[in-house]
Amino acid sequence: MTPIIFYGLALLVVLSALGVALARNILYSGFALLGTLLGVAGLYLFIGADFLGVAQLVIYVGGILVLILFAVLLTNRIGQVKISSLSVNRLVGAVAAALLFGLLFEVMLDTPWPQIEEAAAPTTARLGDAFLGEYLLPFELASLVLLMALVGAMVIARRAAKAPANSEAEAQAIRRLE
Amino acid sequence: MSWSNIGLHHYLIISAVLLTIGLFTVATRRNVVAILMGVELMLNAASLNFVAFSHYVHGSVAGQVFSVFIIILAAAEAAIALAIVLAIFRHFRVIDVEETATLRE
Amino acid sequence: MGDTYTAAFQKVHELGFLWLIPLFPLIGAAVNGILGKKLQDRFGKRAVHTIAVGAMVLSSLVACYAFIAKLLPAPAGERTFRDLVFPMIQLGALQVDFALLLDQLSGTMTLIITLIGTLIHVYSIGYMAGEKSYWRFFSYLNLFVFSMLLLVLGDSFILMFFGWEGVGLCSYLLIGFWYTDRSKAAAGMKAFVVNRVGDFAFCCGMFLLFWGLGGAWEHDRFYQQEVTSVQVVRVDPSAHHAGTGHGDEIAHAAQPAAAAAAAAGHGTAGAGTTGEPTTVRIGPTVMFHELRQQLAITRSDGVRPLAERMTGSTVWGIPILFLVGLCFFIGAAGKSAQIPLYVWLPDAMAGPTPVSALIHAATMVTAGVYMVARLNFVFWLSPGAMTVVATVGAVTALFAATMGLFQYDIKKVLAYSTVSQLGYMFIGVGVGAWWAGIFHLLTHAAFKACLFLGSGSVIHGMHFLAHHGHGNDGDDHQQRDLRLRADPADPQDMRNMGGLAKLMPRTRLTYLIACISIAGFPIAAGFYSKDEILWKAMANGSTLVPGPLLWFVGFLAAGCTSFYMFRSYYFTFFHREATAEMKHHVHESPACMTYVLWALAGLAVVTGPILGFPMLWTGSEPLFEQWLHPVTSLGPFRQHIESHGLEWALMLASVGIATLGWLTARFFYRDAAATERKLADLKSRFAGTHRLLYNKYWVDEIYQATVVRGFMALSRCLATIDKKIVDGLVNATSPLIRGASWLSGWIDRTFVDGAVNGVGAVVIALGRHGRRLQTGRINNYAYGVVVGVIVLFLFPSLMK
Repeated sequence: MTPIIFYGLALLVVLSALGVALARNILYSGFALLGTLLGVAGLYLFIGADFLGVAQLVIYVGGILVLILFAVLLTNRIGQVKISSLSVNRLVGAVAAALLFGLLFEVMLDTPWPQIEEAAAPTTARLGDAFLGEYLLPFELASLVLLMALVGAMVIARRAAKAPANSEAEAQAIRRLE
Repeated sequence: MSWSNIGLHHYLIISAVLLTIGLFTVATRRNVVAILMGVELMLNAASLNFVAFSHYVHGSVAGQVFSVFIIILAAAEAAIALAIVLAIFRHFRVIDVEETATLRE
Repeated sequence: MGDTYTAAFQKVHELGFLWLIPLFPLIGAAVNGILGKKLQDRFGKRAVHTIAVGAMVLSSLVACYAFIAKLLPAPAGERTFRDLVFPMIQLGALQVDFALLLDQLSGTMTLIITLIGTLIHVYSIGYMAGEKSYWRFFSYLNLFVFSMLLLVLGDSFILMFFGWEGVGLCSYLLIGFWYTDRSKAAAGMKAFVVNRVGDFAFCCGMFLLFWGLGGAWEHDRFYQQEVTSVQVVRVDPSAHHAGTGHGDEIAHAAQPAAAAAAAAGHGTAGAGTTGEPTTVRIGPTVMFHELRQQLAITRSDGVRPLAERMTGSTVWGIPILFLVGLCFFIGAAGKSAQIPLYVWLPDAMAGPTPVSALIHAATMVTAGVYMVARLNFVFWLSPGAMTVVATVGAVTALFAATMGLFQYDIKKVLAYSTVSQLGYMFIGVGVGAWWAGIFHLLTHAAFKACLFLGSGSVIHGMHFLAHHGHGNDGDDHQQRDLRLRADPADPQDMRNMGGLAKLMPRTRLTYLIACISIAGFPIAAGFYSKDEILWKAMANGSTLVPGPLLWFVGFLAAGCTSFYMFRSYYFTFFHREATAEMKHHVHESPACMTYVLWALAGLAVVTGPILGFPMLWTGSEPLFEQWLHPVTSLGPFRQHIESHGLEWALMLASVGIATLGWLTARFFYRDAAATERKLADLKSRFAGTHRLLYNKYWVDEIYQATVVRGFMALSRCLATIDKKIVDGLVNATSPLIRGASWLSGWIDRTFVDGAVNGVGAVVIALGRHGRRLQTGRINNYAYGVVVGVIVLFLFPSLMK
C-alpha cells in the first residue's frame, strides 16, 4: 500500500511540474504549481517530516502561491480571456535539462550513499529544539531577513510620489549620457 | 533500488526531475512570473533533497532545519520578486523578459 | 618520537582590557556617524570633536597604560599578552578567535597609532574648522583608527584582514571626502581599486599558507594533516639561540664573525631554558602566535621539523613559502604603495591634509611593512621572498625619489617622498633587519606627519587663493600640464608660495626640523633609522641580490630625498618676497595646529637617538633592536660583511650626500631671481630628463594605455565570446552557420586589417562587436547554470 501512495504523489509532482513548464496559459501554470507544492508536501509527510509538510502547505500554498496568482492577475488585463505565456527555444532548453538530469542521475548512481534505517517519527519537537538551540542565531537572522524583505517589497512596489518629474529628469539624464 | 521499498534513490530522482523541469521553465519562459514559478520548483527540489538526506542518511533534523530556511527565503524572495514585477509592469506595461532587457549594452 | 622538543617563543599572558583600545574609537565613530549631524546642529562643532578626540585620548591612555605598566615591566621574553574576546569560527581544522595580541611589535604600533592619531585629531579641529560636514570627517577618522588598531592588534590573518579592509574603506571615504569634486571622488576610487589587487594577493597568501600548513599533494591526492599538539620546552627567545637553527642558518652561524656579533648582542640570559613544558598546537592555523610557535619547534639535534617541512614543500615546483611570501608582499605593496601598485598614493593627496598625514604617511601605508615584520618568521625561511621584498623596496625608493624631484604641488612632493621612504622600510624588512624597518616606520611616522601637517598649515594659510576665485576654467590645460606657469588659484602649488618664513615662523621652523630629520643629518631621528637600514642592506647575506647594490640604490635615493625636501622648504618659505596680498591674508595657524607641529617635530628629533643609537658608537645593540628581538628571533640576521671601518665610511658617505642634496637645493631655490637664471640654463640642457621626471615617467599614462585599456579590450573580447557562444547555443544551428561565416569575415577583417592598422584597429573591432557585455535575458543565464554544473561535475573526473 505505501509504495502506491508514494508513486501517486510522485506522479502528481512530476505531472503538475510539467504543467507549470508547458501550459500555454499562465493561470494554468499557477494552478499546476499548486499541484506540485501539494505533492511535495505529501512527500514530506511520507518520510515523517510532519512539521515541514504542514509548513509547506501553509507558507507555499497559502502564501507564496497566492502572491504569484496575484502577480499574474495584477500584471494582465483582467478582461483578457487568454493570458498567454510564450515560450522560446524549447528544444535547446529540453536538451540542456536532459543533460543536467543525466548528470544528476549518474552521480546519484555512482555515489555509495550510507543509509540508516529510521522509523518515521514526528519531528516537530526535535525541530523546535534545534531552532531554539543550535540554530538560534540563523533563526533570528531569518526573521530579520523577512522583515527586510517586507520593507523592501513595500519600498519597491510603492508608487513613487513624484513619479512623472523623476522620470522626466531621468530621461534627460539618460539622453545626456547618450 | 527496488520498486516496492521506497528509499533515498526515489526521492533523489523526483528531486532531480523537479530541478530539471524548473530549469527548463526558467530557460524557456518569457513571462517573469512564469520564470519565478520555475525558480520555486528548483527551490522545492533542493528542499526535498535536504529532507530526504536528513531522513535516510543523517538521521537528524538538520536537513529539515535547512528546508525551513529555504521556505523562509522563498517567501522573502517571492515578496521581493513580485514587488519588482509590479514595478517593471508599471514601467513597461509588459512583463516579458525579452522586451524589458533594456539595461544591456 | 621519544625526542624532546624545545621552542623559543614568548610566554603568553592574559591582560583582560586590551579590547578597550579599539573600542573607544569605534564608539566615537558610531556616535558621530549616527548622531553627529544632530549634535553638530544642536551643540555646535565642539560636541563633535569632543567626542572624537575624547575617544582617542581614552584609547591612547589605555594603550599607554598597557604599554608602560604591563608590557615594559614584564620580563623580556614574556612580553606577549593575548586577550580572547570571543571565539569566532570553528570549522574543521580552522579555528579563528577574535583575539587581540599585544607584544613588542604591536605595542609599538599601537602607541604610534593612538598617539599620532590623537595629535592629528587635535590638529584637525583647527584645519577642518570651516567644514560643513565636520561630524562626517571625525566619524571616518575614528573609524579609521579603530580599523587600524584591529589590523595591528589582531592575532590572526582573518582579523588583520578585517582591519586591512577597514582601513582601505576609510582611506577611500576620506580621500573622496569632498566627493562633489569629481576628480577627488575618482582619486578615492583609484585607491580602492588598486588596493583590491593587493587584497586579492593577501587572500591568496593566506589560503596558500593555511593550505600548506595542513597537508601536501602527493601522487595527485591531497593529504590532510590532522591537527595535533606536541609538548615542548619553552626557551626564552630574548636569549641567544645560536645552534638551534637548521640548514643554512647553521651555515651562516658558522661564520665566526656573525656568531660573535649575535652572541654579543643578544644579552646575558645564558641558555635561557626555562624548562616549563608547554603544549603547542600543530596543524593548519591562521593565528600568528600559533604559527610562530609551530615554526620555532626544534628537535634536540637542532632541526626544526615543521619549518623544515614548510621550506621543503612545493606547489607546481615552486617553494610554497616563496609563493606565500610573494603573495603577502603583493598585498603589502598595494597597501604600502610599492611598485607597481604605488600609483594611487600621489592621487590620494586629494583628501584633506590631516588625512594625508594620518593615513597616507604615518599609519595605514605602513601596514604593509608591519605585516611583513609580523610575518618575519615566514619571510625569514624564504630568502627568495626576502629578495623580492628588498629589491622592490630599493627600486621604489629610488624611483619615487626621482619622481619627487621636480613636483610643484607641495603635497605631491611629500607623497612621492612617502612612497620612497616606504621603500626604505621594505629594504629593511626585506634584508632581515626587521627592527630597522620598524624603527624607520616609527621615525617616519613622526617626521612625515610633521611635514604633512606643516604643509597643511601652509595650505591653510594660502587658502585665500582658492576663495579669490581666480578661476581656472579658462586655463589652458595643455600648457598647465607642462607647468610653464602655475594655476594662480591653487593653494598647494609651491610657485604661488615663497617668502612665508616671516609670516609663519612656527610652521617654518618645525618644517625645517622635519626636513633635517628626513634628509638624514645625525642630529635628528631619520639618520639613525635610515643609516641602519642602509648598513644592514650592505651587510646582509639573505638576499640573492648583492647587498652593496641595494645599498647604492638606497644611497642615491637618500641624496634625492635631501634635495627635494630642502627644495620644497626653500620654495615655500624663501624663494621670493611675499606679495602684499599674501602679507595681508597669510597668518600663522591656530594654536591647536602649531602645538601639534611642535610635538611632532620634537618626536622627529628625539626618537632616533634614544631608541636607535647605533651599535658602532656604543658597543651595545640599539634599545629598539633589543626590544623587538624576542618577536623577530626565529633566526638571526644573516650578516655577510663585518667591518667597522666600512660602517663608518658609509655613515660619512650618507651624511655627505645629504649635505650635497641640501646645498644643491639651497643653491637653486633659495632665491627666485638666481633660480630662474640657473634653472633656465640647466633646463635647456636637460629638458628631456626634466620632462621625464616631471611627468613621473608617464607611469599613469602607461597604465592607462596597457592595463586599463587592455583589461577593457579583454572584457570586450570575453563579451564577444559570451554573446556568440551562448546565443549560438540558444539559436541552434542556423545562426551558428551564419556566425561561422561572420566569424571568418571578422577574423579576416580583424587580423588582416589589424596587422595593417596595428593594435588600435583590434581594440576598435573588438569593441564594436563586443559592446553587449550582457545579453540581459534571464533565459540565457539559465544555461550558464547548466554549464557551471556540468563543469563542476566533470572537473573531478578530469583531475583523476
